[in-house]
Amino acid sequence: MKKSSLHHVLPGFSLSMGYTLVYLSLIVLIPLSAVLIKTAHLTWEHFLSVVTAPRVMASYKLSFGASLLAGVINSIFGFILAWVLVRYRFPGRRIVDALIDLPFALPTAVAGIALTAIYSGHGWLGQYLEPLGFKIAFAPPGILIALIFIGLPFVVRTLQPILEDLEIELEEVSASLGARRWQTFFYVIFPIILPALLTGFALAFARAVGEYGSVIFIAGNIPMVSEITPLMIISKLEQYDYEGATAIALVMLVFSFILLLAINLLQAWAAKRTGRVR
Amino acid sequence: MAGTISALYKSSNKESRYESNAATREPIWIKWTLVAIALTFFAIFLLLPLVVVLVEALSKGWSVYWETLVDSETLSAVWLTLTAATIAVPLNLIFGVMAAWAIAKFDFRGKYFLITLIDLPFSVSPVVAGLIYVLVFGAQGWFGPWLAEHDIKIIFTTTGIVLATIFVTFPFIARELIPLMQAQGKEEEEAAVVLGAKGWQVFWHITLPNVKWGLIYGVILCNARAMGEFGAVSVVSGHIRGLTNTLPLQVEILYNEYQFAAAFAVASLLALLALVTLGIKTWVEFQASKTMQSVSLEHEV
Amino acid sequence: MSIQVKNISKAFGNFIALDNVSLDFPSGELVALLGPSGCGKTTLLRVIAGMEQADSGDVLLEGEDAATTHVRERQVGFVFQHYALFRHMTVFDNVAFGLRMKPRKQRLPEDKIAKKVHDLLKLVQLDWLADRFPAQLSGGQRQRIALARALAVEPRVLLLDEPFGALDAKVRKELRRWLRKLHDELHITSIFVTHDQEEALEVADRVVLMNHGKVEQVGTPEEVYAHPATPFVYGFLGSVNLFHGRVEGESVRVGDDRLPHEASELAHGAEVTAFARPHELEIIIQSESGVGIPAKVSRIFSFGLVTRVELEGTEGAINQHFEVETTRERVTELALIEGKNVRLVPSRLRVFQNQ
Repeated sequence: MKKSSLHHVLPGFSLSMGYTLVYLSLIVLIPLSAVLIKTAHLTWEHFLSVVTAPRVMASYKLSFGASLLAGVINSIFGFILAWVLVRYRFPGRRIVDALIDLPFALPTAVAGIALTAIYSGHGWLGQYLEPLGFKIAFAPPGILIALIFIGLPFVVRTLQPILEDLEIELEEVSASLGARRWQTFFYVIFPIILPALLTGFALAFARAVGEYGSVIFIAGNIPMVSEITPLMIISKLEQYDYEGATAIALVMLVFSFILLLAINLLQAWAAKRTGRVR
Repeated sequence: MAGTISALYKSSNKESRYESNAATREPIWIKWTLVAIALTFFAIFLLLPLVVVLVEALSKGWSVYWETLVDSETLSAVWLTLTAATIAVPLNLIFGVMAAWAIAKFDFRGKYFLITLIDLPFSVSPVVAGLIYVLVFGAQGWFGPWLAEHDIKIIFTTTGIVLATIFVTFPFIARELIPLMQAQGKEEEEAAVVLGAKGWQVFWHITLPNVKWGLIYGVILCNARAMGEFGAVSVVSGHIRGLTNTLPLQVEILYNEYQFAAAFAVASLLALLALVTLGIKTWVEFQASKTMQSVSLEHEV
Repeated sequence: MSIQVKNISKAFGNFIALDNVSLDFPSGELVALLGPSGCGKTTLLRVIAGMEQADSGDVLLEGEDAATTHVRERQVGFVFQHYALFRHMTVFDNVAFGLRMKPRKQRLPEDKIAKKVHDLLKLVQLDWLADRFPAQLSGGQRQRIALARALAVEPRVLLLDEPFGALDAKVRKELRRWLRKLHDELHITSIFVTHDQEEALEVADRVVLMNHGKVEQVGTPEEVYAHPATPFVYGFLGSVNLFHGRVEGESVRVGDDRLPHEASELAHGAEVTAFARPHELEIIIQSESGVGIPAKVSRIFSFGLVTRVELEGTEGAINQHFEVETTRERVTELALIEGKNVRLVPSRLRVFQNQ
């Protein structure tokens, strides 16, 4: 019995699957594996000395710390934005909704120079802030601002569909059972959207850790103070230290994988919680 | 990318319902406090940077602005940016359609693992994305010696820029199409096959019309990122003026040379591109939600 | 066209959907595949259509092995449960789809296609809807369009997957009468899948009862209803009262009580399950002790000619529920009221030996 050609009703499985795997391997998997293989040439001591050098350690602290803080700030304000966009009518709602995605569409370099022009010593806002003692550009707070900018849409766009799907009936039941509005929010609404909020946070965080373009203009790139980890890779590359660059890249990759795994688990959890198919 | 078009399935404008319903209404002062917080945050963090770009671009007047745009280096950067996008977007489009077809219309083991692999470039730092191609094709890389022998250059050339661009925009279209095609199931395609349609007929007459808005949406986002990518391209370009500079890299060079007005002029081109992207995106969302609403209506009847 | 399936088996992972199924579908008949959800009926339909590949066994169309015939060439008309109408096409384009997909050499000119589509739309009495989109139709209308679309390619077999499943009760009734009439006009071999026994018994020439991937019984609606071959079939077709007991000569012993049961090939002492339909149970007031099951009336309600009496078992039959269909006159005659103690005696009992 000739089965293979009849195995699927719809045609094209072998073709589309084959193409997908080949293209994925050529563009993503093989080049990525270069990082692993290149690092394998290093001795363990050498690897460790590169990735734990004081300047590199300082960059981890800055990158992760600023990304974490940006993620938290985005979770709070992104949540308010998503809530306001879903629940309220106010003038300009549609324009705000459309422009939320600006950080996705605006090239990071453009964002970088624009933010610098706002927050530098004689910038639009910087000229008022620096006399008050708030040095933002060319210091860690500037990095934080850039990371807030690029991470915001992740939180808003993850929360929006969940808030829109929320059944009004749940709130009606809650109110009819005597709950006050804040009780309904904390005991009914918040638990339902929590997984989505965490997913949005994780997505924003992951993006922030790897971000380069919008940060380097505003960071000032002062060793031990305002150098982010991706910049360490670039500076190693500029010194033709490919091993060093690769070793740091491996640390970042491992971290990305862990975050990706966490995000997938969060999304599975969110799907279970809200009954949405992902 | 957080917002996919399949999220539009159930979205409809219900906000007036919330405000007229006693069970879902907050006191009016809470509403306006929240709106005020949201709008202030929005204005400072999103709107202001956009305004700055457009204002700074014209700070030295229209003539400097115009001169910058018609400068030969700018024009070659425009050309290279367009080239990279014209190669990367169609390639990722073909891939996106292929991957979505395989994943959404067939069952196989490891499907979710495959989707995760496709997502991978989203979570890789752009700098690392550039680095991996240097490791493969650079002078010190795997194919470095072989390429040098045959006098082929990839790193510090257009080819390298195109490769890096393909990598960073790799998942955009697939990620848009996969959930959409999964949500639509395969019954319509099966019905078409039973009625005698061949493979490409099924795809062309049934699948494509059903996913066209998601497809356009993905292409637009993919294109925006392809034209705007900075980190990955920066690593593989070598910054050779008039040869391997894309528009974002040109912004950086001008800025580092303290030609701020010129840098912002080039940046304003990219900002306009971003606005056009958002405009088309909003229009596509509107079209798609119209179609989706008629679909969800269908389920209610 | 006749269809034969021989020794078909199909598993999805650990779940056995079809377990060595063999069936004959004679030409021109309207056959119902009936069974609870998960019994394998839809899988069987999809295997016949060629949309699912059996793990083993053969499908013969007109006596020919169909293993190497692709769905596209099997010339089956398939009506999907949720219709699978192409939502971006008008009703007309939906029905015309199959005709337009033919290779150029076999394709009819567009005016012939238009004529044919309009004829089909007339056949399903919906030609006035030609320019609408599926979203603008009611469920019953979509169902008929799906049928017209399947008929357009002149299939040799018509396969329908839960054709009335998504419709409300009234439309269902109308449509199934209409389907029966249509089949009487066209005489195309048709198989439809359903979990609704009333639907199967009312519409089909023959009924195939399936459970757990196996065929339980095949027969005309009268046969399967009057002479169920297995306990499953008995339970599945209509309401039923059930007794567990042992064969004792001319009766079945249930606890301390006795149910009369005539001819039986079953051995003395065999453990059995006995069935009686609600209209096959008699209510009696006094009896020589031990005949019939003791029960207490819990509810009486009547609609039309039928009066239904619900009873709770008492004494040895505690925690059992019974349902009796009788007439209003009989209820008056016996002076039945709620709470009254009675006995139940089957006028007819079907006995199956326990496995």
